[in-house]
Amino acid sequence: MLTEKPPQHAAAPGTVVPERATLEVRGLAAGYGGPLVLRSVSLQILERQVTAIIGPSGCGKSTLIRCLNRMHEVLPGATLEGEILLDGRDVMGLDPVLLRRQVGMVFQRPNPFPSMSIFDNVAAGLVLNGVRDRALVAEKVEGSLRAAALWDEVKDKLKAPGVGLSGGQQQRLCIARALAVEPRALLLDEPCSALDPIATGRIEELLLEIKKTLTLCIVTHNMQQAARVSERTAFMLMGELVEVGPTDTIFTKPSDKKTEDYITGRFG
Amino acid sequence: MAVTAVLTWQLAVNSALTWKQFGWSFLWSSTWDPVREVYGALPFIYGTAVSSGLALLLAVPIGVGCAIFLVELAPKRVAEICAFIIELLAAVPSVILGLMGIFVLVPVVRAVEPGLTAGLGWLPLFQGEPYGVGMLTAGLILSLMVLPYITVISREVLLAVPRSLKEAMLALGATRWETVMKVSLPYARPGIAGAVFLALGRALGETMAVTMVIGNTPQIKASLLAPGYSMASVIANELAEASSDEHLHSLIAIGLVLLGISLVVNAAARAMIGLLERRA
Amino acid sequence: MTPGYRRRKLINAACFGLTACCAAVGMGALLFILGYIAWQGAGAVRWSFLVNLPKPVGEPGGGIANAIVGSAKVVGLATLLGGPIGVLGGVYLAEFGQNRTGALVRYAADLLNGVPSIVIGVFAYTLIVVPAKRFSALSGSVALALIMIPVVLRNTEEFVRLVPHTVREAALALGIPQWKVILRVVLPTAAPGVLTGVLLAMSRIAGETAPLIFTAFGNRFWDNGLLHPIATLPHTIFTCAISPYKEWHQQAWAAALVLMFFVLGVNVSARLFLRPASGGER
Repeated sequence: MLTEKPPQHAAAPGTVVPERATLEVRGLAAGYGGPLVLRSVSLQILERQVTAIIGPSGCGKSTLIRCLNRMHEVLPGATLEGEILLDGRDVMGLDPVLLRRQVGMVFQRPNPFPSMSIFDNVAAGLVLNGVRDRALVAEKVEGSLRAAALWDEVKDKLKAPGVGLSGGQQQRLCIARALAVEPRALLLDEPCSALDPIATGRIEELLLEIKKTLTLCIVTHNMQQAARVSERTAFMLMGELVEVGPTDTIFTKPSDKKTEDYITGRFG
Repeated sequence: MAVTAVLTWQLAVNSALTWKQFGWSFLWSSTWDPVREVYGALPFIYGTAVSSGLALLLAVPIGVGCAIFLVELAPKRVAEICAFIIELLAAVPSVILGLMGIFVLVPVVRAVEPGLTAGLGWLPLFQGEPYGVGMLTAGLILSLMVLPYITVISREVLLAVPRSLKEAMLALGATRWETVMKVSLPYARPGIAGAVFLALGRALGETMAVTMVIGNTPQIKASLLAPGYSMASVIANELAEASSDEHLHSLIAIGLVLLGISLVVNAAARAMIGLLERRA
Repeated sequence: MTPGYRRRKLINAACFGLTACCAAVGMGALLFILGYIAWQGAGAVRWSFLVNLPKPVGEPGGGIANAIVGSAKVVGLATLLGGPIGVLGGVYLAEFGQNRTGALVRYAADLLNGVPSIVIGVFAYTLIVVPAKRFSALSGSVALALIMIPVVLRNTEEFVRLVPHTVREAALALGIPQWKVILRVVLPTAAPGVLTGVLLAMSRIAGETAPLIFTAFGNRFWDNGLLHPIATLPHTIFTCAISPYKEWHQQAWAAALVLMFFVLGVNVSARLFLRPASGGER
């Protein structure tokens, strides 16, 4: 697959690998100039697991994951306080461009580049990073498209424009595009909210596949989706992180009353 | 809006004499001699084309660069003020730009020209006497006139580039400049092309500023430093004093040619902008 | 990878730096023009300059009074001719223009807007000056009105269209005939925007020179009514600027300052006027 080699500091064979956080958030507060959208959020996103973030609309889920690869600061008036660590290093000290190469993102609506073909869409990130070798690019594009479970559907029309695909295919194309630069982690901001149930199902299968090699964090308003794909779930409400824990625990015996109310559908 | 049609018809009727006498060769002939009653429009068509082309060559990169700065780099308030100032540049009457041209730009160009000739004299473009007036000066003034058009329209189309596309590119680890080059500009290309055509339309028909600095000599020279003449200028200079019907009709015929060219250019601009709107 | 990335960073910074320079060039040009004209013209603009007639070369103390009045007359007449046509046409387009005719009119107006002003001047020349065998203020006004119409037309259409449907429906529900609704309710609601458009168009035609050279022609004295040649500010600047006399150059600068003051004054105030109007209604 893409990143076959595990991180360098992997434990010796036979030992139990302790759960390591790829991304860690400490005391994060963020906003857009007005009242804060996030207040004192602390969260770990564990290596090669799927962490789901759930909560009602407007609770700050999207803002939280946009902070993780510093896409938050692209918006006008954005403010941010607190610490975000990637493999233990403060991301604010990293160059945002290099950070985003390691922490990719898939957006709410599929957004393939309209001026580019399917192939060029996936190759875009590679070409930016100066990969000139055409054979290598082709190989990586194929790998990414396979990983995104799209290869069989598009292999005969790689030169066709990316916007000609169906919504679900477009979103898988966007995932392939993000995978092509071989990130450490992938952030997904409600990736299925614009898709029908069948397309959603395909994306979920795909997520279960790619989490074997990289860390995933998915924002969703769909609790069933969180239950299906994630190991850990974080529940957010009105800019605060209410509770985080193993998905089973959150959905069966949450420790916070507010979480229980939300899960059982009493509001939101 | 029958006006446009009436306009064309009126010009056609009033230039009939010329067309009858010279036919299509009016467009190709390069002799313009009111005394001997021989008229050919080529020097003017050439002058208009060269000065407008030169103007676009300068104004397009600067104008688009300006728009990129306003959209991608400048903070919102700064961008608004800058845009306001640049739009005001479009409101400056052309006769005032011409005035600036005569008394400020011409001396500067005259001072710079010997240097150009010395450095780049091996190119036919930069040979000849440093008059100050000429194609180069006209092109400079025109580029200043069309700059705001290009900037304003380019800014609008760049603002219309969907945020999600730019974010997708950034999230792949692209720098902001790469995002501009790979996402924003391709997306906005038809709109910017429309802006260029509109600007071309302006530059072709611009009269006063050009008349005041182009040198008003009906000749075709390869050098940008040589004086020339444009279609609009010759009308401005000679129409009021046209001595004979032939002269008058020839001038109006030039007007008709100019009208035709600018209609085509403007229609092309509309088509480009329409293309963008349909896609959005 | 790392040196490659450093290069990308560098390109990024350099290119954005270049775009900033572009913006600086654009703005610098305007500020330089304004400053230079103020500097050159300020010395010559005084009361007598504004109220006196031009004097022959060599005599001091000439003024541009006739040109100021002439400009006002020509522009005013052009507005009277072109304004109503533009506004009514715009209302028509906004209210009834959702069909082929409307699209055609719109397209024609856009093309007319792109017609070089000198060609419009030639048109007015053949239409009025040649049959009348005389240059006249009227022909100049007609030319300027033709330039003005498409600008006002499209602008009016835009603002009339912004009037919310609910306003229209409320008035129609009262049993008022449609033409009355348009004139008494819709148009007044859109008035600030429409007026701004007319002002902007006026400031544009006030600076037009090309079509006036062979229509209004120019005049060194007070004009004798609308059917005779008349002096205008832009034309005065033009003739003074291309003349060989130093005093006249000075006058050109001073007249340029006056014209600039008027044009930019109207333009800026119209824009500032427009902003609260369009912001407040939504």
